[in-house]
Amino acid sequence: MTSNRITRRGTMQMMGLAGAAGLFAPNLLVSRALAAAPDAPTGQIIVGFSQEPTVFNPLMPRIEVDDGVQLSLFDALFRISPEGEFIPALAAEVPTIENGGLSEDGLEWRVKLRDDVKWHDGEPFTAEDVKFTLELVVDPNFRSWRTTGHDLVRDLTVVSPTEITWRMEEPFAPYMAILVETMMVPKHILGPEEDRNNAPFNQAPVGTGAFKWGSRTAGDHLELVANPDYFGEGPYIERLIYKYIPDLTVLYTQFKSGDIDIAGSQYITPDNYEEAKTLPGKVVEVVPSPTVESLFLNMERPQFKEKAVREALYAALDKQAIIDALYYGLPTPTESYLPQQSFFYNPDLPQHEFNIERANQILDEAGWTRGAGGIREKDGVRLSFTNSTTSGNHLREQAQQFIQQTFAEIGVEMTISNKPPAVMWGDYWTNSEFDTVIVGIVFTTGADADVTVRFHSGAIPAQDGAGSNTGQYQNEEVDKLLEQGTSTFVPEERKEIYHQLQKIIRDDLPLLPMFQYATVRGHKEGIMGIVPNINTRIDTWHAAAYYWDN
Amino acid sequence: MARYLLKRLGQSIVLLIIVSMIGFFMLHLTPGGPLSQYALTPGMTQETIDRIAEQMGLNRPLPVQYLDWVWRLVQGDWGESYRDNQPVLSVIGRHLFATLLLMGSSTAISIGIGTWIGIRGATHRYSAFDYVATVGAMVALSIPTFWFGLVGIYIFSLELGWLPAGNMYEIGNGSFLDYLHHLIMPSVVLALVNIAIWSRYMRTATLDVINQDFVKTARAKGVSERRVLMKHVVGNALLPMITLAGMQLPNLLSGALVTETVFTWPGMGRLFLDSLGYNDYPVVMGLLMFSAILVLLGNLIADLISAAIDPRIRLS
Repeated sequence: MTSNRITRRGTMQMMGLAGAAGLFAPNLLVSRALAAAPDAPTGQIIVGFSQEPTVFNPLMPRIEVDDGVQLSLFDALFRISPEGEFIPALAAEVPTIENGGLSEDGLEWRVKLRDDVKWHDGEPFTAEDVKFTLELVVDPNFRSWRTTGHDLVRDLTVVSPTEITWRMEEPFAPYMAILVETMMVPKHILGPEEDRNNAPFNQAPVGTGAFKWGSRTAGDHLELVANPDYFGEGPYIERLIYKYIPDLTVLYTQFKSGDIDIAGSQYITPDNYEEAKTLPGKVVEVVPSPTVESLFLNMERPQFKEKAVREALYAALDKQAIIDALYYGLPTPTESYLPQQSFFYNPDLPQHEFNIERANQILDEAGWTRGAGGIREKDGVRLSFTNSTTSGNHLREQAQQFIQQTFAEIGVEMTISNKPPAVMWGDYWTNSEFDTVIVGIVFTTGADADVTVRFHSGAIPAQDGAGSNTGQYQNEEVDKLLEQGTSTFVPEERKEIYHQLQKIIRDDLPLLPMFQYATVRGHKEGIMGIVPNINTRIDTWHAAAYYWDN
Repeated sequence: MARYLLKRLGQSIVLLIIVSMIGFFMLHLTPGGPLSQYALTPGMTQETIDRIAEQMGLNRPLPVQYLDWVWRLVQGDWGESYRDNQPVLSVIGRHLFATLLLMGSSTAISIGIGTWIGIRGATHRYSAFDYVATVGAMVALSIPTFWFGLVGIYIFSLELGWLPAGNMYEIGNGSFLDYLHHLIMPSVVLALVNIAIWSRYMRTATLDVINQDFVKTARAKGVSERRVLMKHVVGNALLPMITLAGMQLPNLLSGALVTETVFTWPGMGRLFLDSLGYNDYPVVMGLLMFSAILVLLGNLIADLISAAIDPRIRLS
């Protein structure tokens, strides 16, 4: 145990350092003052991605790397800073109750826009584009990524080219965070299109962002070029290239050889961290990610109905051993589903302790007795279940074996049944056909801590609910808090609600939280302006600020 | 001849229909689907996934989807990729160029060197050269390509810095010499195994021919040893190689997945794997039909060439 503690402290220090590095790195607002960014865009930067970006209409379903590209091409009304603060982007200011942008009840919205923004083709950006975008998102014929929040918007009114208002059907506080992820598309291009799902725009996007669309070589790379008329900071480089490298070992090799300038998503694998740190001419740092790894339980299975069982399983989960032995000590153990950097994170949750004796004791007291083969049972229910995850994910597969062993010590039989990704995350996951799953989930929506779709009893797809509560967790108190949280607009008040919520979920254990991931990121020495942001899905959220210092 | 071709064509069409049906249904019956990659997206709900599946026509009965696909295919419409909406044929076309370049140069290297080693091994049987070639072939066949690839990258890119660590060309350059520079390592690595295969086949084929009566007759007539070898031995030994080459044609175009991955070469092998990984049905089906046609075509061409060269074979 002692050695584990030391490692844990070491990890925390590392995280602290990474955080500090973030503070010293040129920030959004002060980079010009700190280091000399070039006056005119110069040079190029190649970012390596291990998945291929293929979706360029920012309103359609997308994965992380698509986000990475879209954030360079487009802007939303607001952006979110690494500290979780909303910053105006296309909007002139962030609407609040104080500045009159938001009514007391949170129903009336008034957003003022910048008047100096142009689309990449030179057309001015106006409130008409905002209206068009927010209407397109809920168009039933459009293959839209997400309608949550947008479906509550009514009476969209263009007051002037720089002002738009609307009314919400019901108060919905997470909408601000959703707007951060809703990038604006041009009405004058997409408007006249008959079929917006297959419009040419989707393969040659026109945005307002720091970079313009250059060209794409499918299966290999895509090239963006500087937008000299960008309204915000930057861009400082002429060309931004996203290079697709489909294998993480090869991604690392090309980072080492210098073929790519930034090792982007999904970054450097933990096993290469020790070596990466020593590479000459490279900057390598550990950055916390919002993904929380957990042992996810299907609460409708008779084995998990009783809280004592869940508590015992949690006590028999040797998190620290998994973190140290498999993940090189990089992730941070956690008790919450929220990232620890979140504004809403509750740091006072009870600490997990790995204790086999205690786990056995809990099960003994609850009346689960050992039957055939040493497996505990009670009222005809055997403590035996399957555990699944993506096959081929070696670290998770090894973690399963750790867990299998410690669970066996408390008379619980866990069999491993892994599936390829398309199968695993298809109906098997969404329709709750699993017993337990090891999964890494980002529970937040941008920076917003609303988890209604994950934990509300009305969000269970297997019970005809709308959402992704695939663990089928049901708790009236949780429902109530979730509803309160989305209709409260004062951040401090919401924080209290979400602290309470985290406490209940930690106590109830519908999922056994293991750790919050950390990623190892690397770039060549001399690239400035890289700032990690836990509130976005990808490292290139602000490529506009990148430049070479040499 | 025309009747023969017509008969082969008829057989091919029946085969293609069977292949397409098996492929289509197996692909669609595996659980999961093209939308499962979005299941873990923050804020994604089953409702949204169902709505998009409906819009994409993914929830229609399978036979309907199959007939729809066949009907379009007959009209020349291979469909569009689910991932980036590009027409399937143009997706295949773009990756085909990369694959042709890599496989073409690697095949040229392997056939050239492989046949030479094979012939020399056969004419100098049990010589030091023959032993080295045999052992070398065993080694090349036993060691996986990715290992050669990684070792090559380690030595020539990371340590010596002579050759690039991957990619087809340097972004922003793309000149002929740039392509050539990038082509050296992957094509040689890929050729290593094939040199071994070709040399073994060629050695056996040459040995079969070298002791036949007509070769002895030629020698007895006083034909020079060089002429005997080139005209009588090699000419005849190459015959079975044509069938082998015909069977290699689909390989040539389906790409070399491992090499393409290690050297980030955007070819057909990677396209196939990526499309399978994302359940991009239209592209996977397109690739399946494309390679099925190539297999049939490759066999047909090999048969025709054999008939043209070898008067003993009659097509009927």
